[in-house]
Amino acid sequence: MNGKKQGALIKSLKKCWPLYLMILPAALYVLIYSYGPMYGLQIAFKDYSARKGIWGSDWVGLKHFIRLLKHPNLLGMIKNTLAITLYSFCTFPVTIIFALMLNELRQKKFKKTVQMISYIPHFLSTVVVCSMITLFFHPRFGVINTVITTLGGTAQDFLANPDYFVELFVWSSVWQGVGFGSVIYTAALSSVSTELIEAATIDGANRLQIIWHVNIPHIMPTVVIGLILRCGNLLSVGFEKTFLLQNDLNLSVSQVISTYEYEVGVVGGQFSYSTAIGLLNSIVSVIMITIVNSIAKRVSGSGIW
Amino acid sequence: MKKINSNKVFDAVNIAILVLITFTMLYPLYFVIIASFSDPQAVATGQVVLWVKKFSTESYTEILKDNRIWTGYRNSIIYTCCNVVMSMTMTLLAAYALSKKYLRFRTAITFFFFLTMYIGGGMLPAYIQIKNMGLLNKPYTLIALCGFSVYNMIIARTFFTNTIDASLFEAAEIDGASEIQKFLRIAFPLSKPIIAVLSLYYAVSSWNSYFTGMLYLSNSSYFPLQVVIKNILIDGQTMLGGLDFGEMTEEQVKFYLHRLQLVESMKYSVIFIASLPMLIAYPFVQKHFVKGVMIGSVKG
Repeated sequence: MNGKKQGALIKSLKKCWPLYLMILPAALYVLIYSYGPMYGLQIAFKDYSARKGIWGSDWVGLKHFIRLLKHPNLLGMIKNTLAITLYSFCTFPVTIIFALMLNELRQKKFKKTVQMISYIPHFLSTVVVCSMITLFFHPRFGVINTVITTLGGTAQDFLANPDYFVELFVWSSVWQGVGFGSVIYTAALSSVSTELIEAATIDGANRLQIIWHVNIPHIMPTVVIGLILRCGNLLSVGFEKTFLLQNDLNLSVSQVISTYEYEVGVVGGQFSYSTAIGLLNSIVSVIMITIVNSIAKRVSGSGIW
Repeated sequence: MKKINSNKVFDAVNIAILVLITFTMLYPLYFVIIASFSDPQAVATGQVVLWVKKFSTESYTEILKDNRIWTGYRNSIIYTCCNVVMSMTMTLLAAYALSKKYLRFRTAITFFFFLTMYIGGGMLPAYIQIKNMGLLNKPYTLIALCGFSVYNMIIARTFFTNTIDASLFEAAEIDGASEIQKFLRIAFPLSKPIIAVLSLYYAVSSWNSYFTGMLYLSNSSYFPLQVVIKNILIDGQTMLGGLDFGEMTEEQVKFYLHRLQLVESMKYSVIFIASLPMLIAYPFVQKHFVKGVMIGSVKG
């Protein structure tokens, strides 16, 4: 019996070996660049020295975590991280509203034009978007301040002012992502049954009521998928943009855990401490996804898991 | 009667808001273009708001002289091409194999890939890994790190599973085709849409990425374009040679002021030049992107 099973296994392995060969390049890539660093995570509990290597460095237990917990600004950094991520997350209805508005347009050409234009910012790089922000909001040369002063206001140094940082960060992301993000909802809306809408109209429902009672329930499953996709990005998007928009004057709101990790590790060369910070960041991320999941459950009735 | 009216009001408000949104979308891009083609002095003194003032290509001629940007451009083109080819090869091969239900340990292998989407080692362990492999600051660093994405691989796998009829493969198998033949003769020709979409995904993400380059490269002749423009635009590295603050005649002060203003308007030109390839490609690719999002959102 056992031998028979073994024979079947060998037979199927024989059949499958070209498939394994096909998986090999991708598997190696993931092994080297994703699992390799995971092995390196142990230096969070060691005093890493390049000479001794990852394995040979001395264990120091929770030393780096204790140091981090004693950091006077730790709570501030966690607060900033949460503020930026959760605020970003809360703008997700904007995309849905945009799609719903597009769906109400009767003029096909106009609709197409609006869509075409709204996708463009998605193709710009983070560096370009951040450069545009610094240029437009420049205290002296920026066009925003030109408009403000022309209208009789006083020029503001938006990027140096901690009050504006999170707003700039979040709404520029909305600007960049709203058009492309609306694609899946627009597609979902195109399959709303016209009979249902006609029936609702005969029953005397107005446009807003149709949107609320017909269109929105129809795209709810897509909304949940959208939330899942957003959740996946939640962990990664923050760092690059925060790092690029950060300056000495807005540090009180722009110093997040991942930028501190970069500062300590790459600039400061404290490998082990930085890795400990990164590990803490992952833990915060997991907490954040849990929060988001419970919000999603409350909003849409079904969560991510 | 009342209903028709309320419908009209609804449409009018809806269109008005969408026009406003479209304007907000377009204006920043439009402004970059008009500012880059305007006289530097007009840009610096805030005269450029709605249209080009005193047409000038001075900032572009100045950039043409800047070697860093052209080196970055060349590097980015090379990196992007290599990355797309390598990533696509890995993605399609692995996706094809994982779409086969009879593959032994399929679930385990899929999990092996999936896991890396949610957990990672972090910045420094990754840095150590790259360093230990001798990949730090090499001309091929950004080629070796081709940016293969598990997410894209899952999209391709979904495509293979849902779109290609399994009976085609069975028929080929009866005819004695090997896995490689089945992949090359059946799966590959039938997956043109997904190849287009994913190549574009990889191209955009490779062209736009800067952090890997910043982290692993220190030799400026290997820098991709995004790192170059980050240095110029965000860190404010000057684009003109050193300025002598010594004794300056009125003539020199004027010249100095002009150069300062030129630096500001050159920034707009750099943004325009850096985004140009994507903006040119955009009209051709946007329908594929939409398709990609659709396939991605029904992942199984």
